Amino acid sequence: MSATILSWSLLVALVLVGLAMVVASFRMMRGPRAQDRIVAFDAFYVNAMLLLLVFGMRTGSTLYFEAALVIALLGFVATLALAKFLMRGEIIE
Amino acid sequence: MSRLLPYPLLAVSLLAMWLLLNGLSLGHFVLGGVIGVAASNVTAALQPPRSRIRRWHLIPKLAAIVLFDVWRSNVAVARLILFPGQHRRVSGFVIVPLELREPAALAVLACILTCTPGTAWVEYDSTANKLLIHVFDLVDEMHWIDLIKNRYERLLLEILA
Amino acid sequence: MSHAADLPLWAALLASFFVLLGAGLTLIGAIGLVRLKTFYDRIHAPSLGATWGAGGILLASILIFSVLQSRLVVHEILIAVFVTVTTPVTLMLLGRAALYRDRSENTADLPPPIRTDGETKSGDAI
Repeated sequence: MSATILSWSLLVALVLVGLAMVVASFRMMRGPRAQDRIVAFDAFYVNAMLLLLVFGMRTGSTLYFEAALVIALLGFVATLALAKFLMRGEIIE
Repeated sequence: MSRLLPYPLLAVSLLAMWLLLNGLSLGHFVLGGVIGVAASNVTAALQPPRSRIRRWHLIPKLAAIVLFDVWRSNVAVARLILFPGQHRRVSGFVIVPLELREPAALAVLACILTCTPGTAWVEYDSTANKLLIHVFDLVDEMHWIDLIKNRYERLLLEILA
Repeated sequence: MSHAADLPLWAALLASFFVLLGAGLTLIGAIGLVRLKTFYDRIHAPSLGATWGAGGILLASILIFSVLQSRLVVHEILIAVFVTVTTPVTLMLLGRAALYRDRSENTADLPPPIRTDGETKSGDAI
């Protein structure tokens, strides 16, 4: 009983977060300006991280947690570098 | 003591992070402690501004207020996104004069304001000590200035001074 | 899903509630990203997914793994702390970058510059 409830709600959550990624990537492609794309990218990687966490709950393995941590770290550094690039047009000053 | 541990809070949080990542055991406790002390000593070379937490007992209160406000504005912004036709929403910029000058307290305030979906920290000018925020649902400018000054800034001034 | 069979019903219900709440808020945030008209409005949308969106999913994860392994599994707190600290940093920097770009292009509807003592012109970098 509890396994059915949990598996269904995790499936629905997977679909919701996946849809959120699709919607965010739509804004990423659409633009119109560079900062819009970067905000969308920020949302995109956070959603990807959450997707991995839901995967982890579905499979019951904690391995996905480490992957989510790596995505969070890399995504943060990437967005920061991109935002810095927008400020001045170069990353290394 | 202070020469071995220039930033005790940093060392303790590094130890906590190490234990969370690797699991609780005596070996990891020792290793994490060594790493915490070593890393906080390395950070001392950067000479980050030192700030003192004066009133520890107010931190849970601030955390509870922030969690509640974030939840409330999550609901409000979610409703505005889903049903945009309910009322004419006007967003705009608000300039808030601040009394806080402590860098750590300003950083905490920035995190609070940006984490709350209704408000975003845009710009801060340290000479005038004024802050420019963007508000998603701007009904009354004074309401937001009042909220920031009375709800967050006063507590932060008491905690970190 | 064989591992969840020995999960008590209350834990399953609570975890389902949290995970659906988090995923729903994340999706609403992403929808806002597309629906809202201006950049400064859109900057509010991702923080929905980064605060209670992530928080709900992480709470569910803590609950499930803690009950299944019958000990407190709280390493998800690390991700929660990391997300709440990093998302404001990126959004703040993006807001400033957008303001800087808009000011240097003299776009309409810009906020007044903070300094009003006449030392800096409105188009100057901050």
